[in-house]
Amino acid sequence: MTTFLQQLFNAVALGGVYALVALGLTLVYGVMRVPNFAHGGLYMLGAYLTYASLTGLGIGYVPALILAAIGVALLAALMERVIFYPLRDAPHVSPMIAAIGVLFFLEAAVQLIWGPDFKQIPAPINGIVEIGGVIVTWQRLIIIAASVVVVVALNYFLKRTLTGATIEAMSQNREGARLVGINTNRVGALTFAISGLLAAAAAALIAPTLLVSPSMGEVMNLKVFAIIILGGMGSVPGAIVGAFLLSFAETFGGAYISLDFADVIGFAMLVLVLAIRPQGLFKRGT
Amino acid sequence: MKGWMWWVAVFALAALVPLFGPSGYVLDIGVNIMIYAILAYGLNVLLGYTGQLPLAHAGFFGIGAYATGILTLKLGWSFWLAWPVAVAISALAGLLLGLVAFRTKGDTFAIFTLGVGVIIMLVINKWDALTGGNDGLNGIMPPAGLEALSKSVGLKLSGGFYYLALISLALTVIAVARARGSVFGRSLIAIRGGDDLARSAGIDVYSHKLRAMMLSTAIAGFAGGLYATYLGFLGSAATGPIQTFTILLYLLVGGLGTLAGPLLGPALMYTLAQNLKGLQDYQYIVFGPLLVLLIMFAPQGIAGLWMRLTARRTPPPAAPPTQKEASRAGS
Repeated sequence: MTTFLQQLFNAVALGGVYALVALGLTLVYGVMRVPNFAHGGLYMLGAYLTYASLTGLGIGYVPALILAAIGVALLAALMERVIFYPLRDAPHVSPMIAAIGVLFFLEAAVQLIWGPDFKQIPAPINGIVEIGGVIVTWQRLIIIAASVVVVVALNYFLKRTLTGATIEAMSQNREGARLVGINTNRVGALTFAISGLLAAAAAALIAPTLLVSPSMGEVMNLKVFAIIILGGMGSVPGAIVGAFLLSFAETFGGAYISLDFADVIGFAMLVLVLAIRPQGLFKRGT
Repeated sequence: MKGWMWWVAVFALAALVPLFGPSGYVLDIGVNIMIYAILAYGLNVLLGYTGQLPLAHAGFFGIGAYATGILTLKLGWSFWLAWPVAVAISALAGLLLGLVAFRTKGDTFAIFTLGVGVIIMLVINKWDALTGGNDGLNGIMPPAGLEALSKSVGLKLSGGFYYLALISLALTVIAVARARGSVFGRSLIAIRGGDDLARSAGIDVYSHKLRAMMLSTAIAGFAGGLYATYLGFLGSAATGPIQTFTILLYLLVGGLGTLAGPLLGPALMYTLAQNLKGLQDYQYIVFGPLLVLLIMFAPQGIAGLWMRLTARRTPPPAAPPTQKEASRAGS
């Protein structure tokens, strides 16, 4: 039972991180109809900017997280302006391929600057807490708390503010959004910035629990794509549910079936779901 | 000069190369370029003609390569028997993927196949008993009789491999050119224009996509078999998404949807990559932005630029515009 609760905590923390990364991806897809393969690269860059801020500037963990998030957000917005906006009318494979180019560029650039070795980011609060016999690291608690805060804030932003509503409007209907006077250009860049922000924050949160490497974005990329397909491309609640489905399947599959195939379980689940429901679990009305 | 005469000229020139006694290095680059070119032809069938982005392509390359390796090493089959069987296995695997994957469309299809590509690589990497796992498969023999045959005409084994690759490439080009020119090929182009458009012209979209997938994966397996016997060693890294993206880059540089592109791209990019060896892992500092610039400003690659140049000098043959072009011209 203790093992089970232990795994439960791990799964929830992992799911929170997956949710943050997947939310950015699904927002961009909803607004721009671009499957942004460079998203994992933004996530990876977020981890490295956090590392650089911590070691280079010598600032604390929270300012480093914020700095990394802002940096990646700006870069993502720039990416939208320079690459994806001009490609908006191109055949749908073009932006996908361009995004792959960006992903490889980011990976190579990070490797050039910081080297291919693993980097370690120290946890802001070391040590563990015991909750009802279950031992949890502080970092996992921070991840869970922070991801809940961010998701709630994002939800508030999308549902309760005018700027947020423009994003939702545009993902529901582009022409309609333009008709009611929404500046769809600005929304595109804004959405990319938010997705970069979320990815970098997620990376900064999870980085202390793992090793940072230039290729860390690739695996995450595949997983968040699996998540948003599971949840239905462009769906916000779908991304959150998909994230926890994947993290639970991985954590418990890894613990009770085989650690070797923990990474495969997610994809196997994806293939299975798509074989039965090609439109994903949460089909949005279009 | 007619199109096919260019091809005969190119292949005749390429066939002369080993006769000048080049170094093993030059021949090695030649064989690698041809293997990549064959692989790119396979990708072109689905991406260039049919307009679908399959990101599991290197997985089928791997299936072909490992099937060849396993059949020759563990079952002791002759390479000449194992190779066609490996091609058939790849095509069959492609059919199985297509049956499920073509229920999805566009972006979802690309991401779905990417997931499958990862699964194929992970399974190859973890299934120690069959594939050797992380250690890979070692000691795959060159095709029986190839060395003796090369010796009898005064060549080394590397020269023999060069001709084997050249013949394989020629077969691939002929097969793809014939497929492209047939009703089947034109139906694929129609599907590229849009599923509904093709359906309205009476094309069974699903079955045509399946057949395109089988052709594409069969070609990938064909390249894989050649790769296995040439290298003699197989590792799972060559079967993953990175490999798929590399082929994608080669194909884009050469020219998507053209017959010359899948050959031009690897020839240029592989040579370039060899000369950028000093950069090793950093080559994507250059290649990444290149991929972006190409897709933005020259989506048809070198072959497309060439056609645009020659089109100004000679009036183009009357080709009916696709629906997209027609509507763009109209608006």
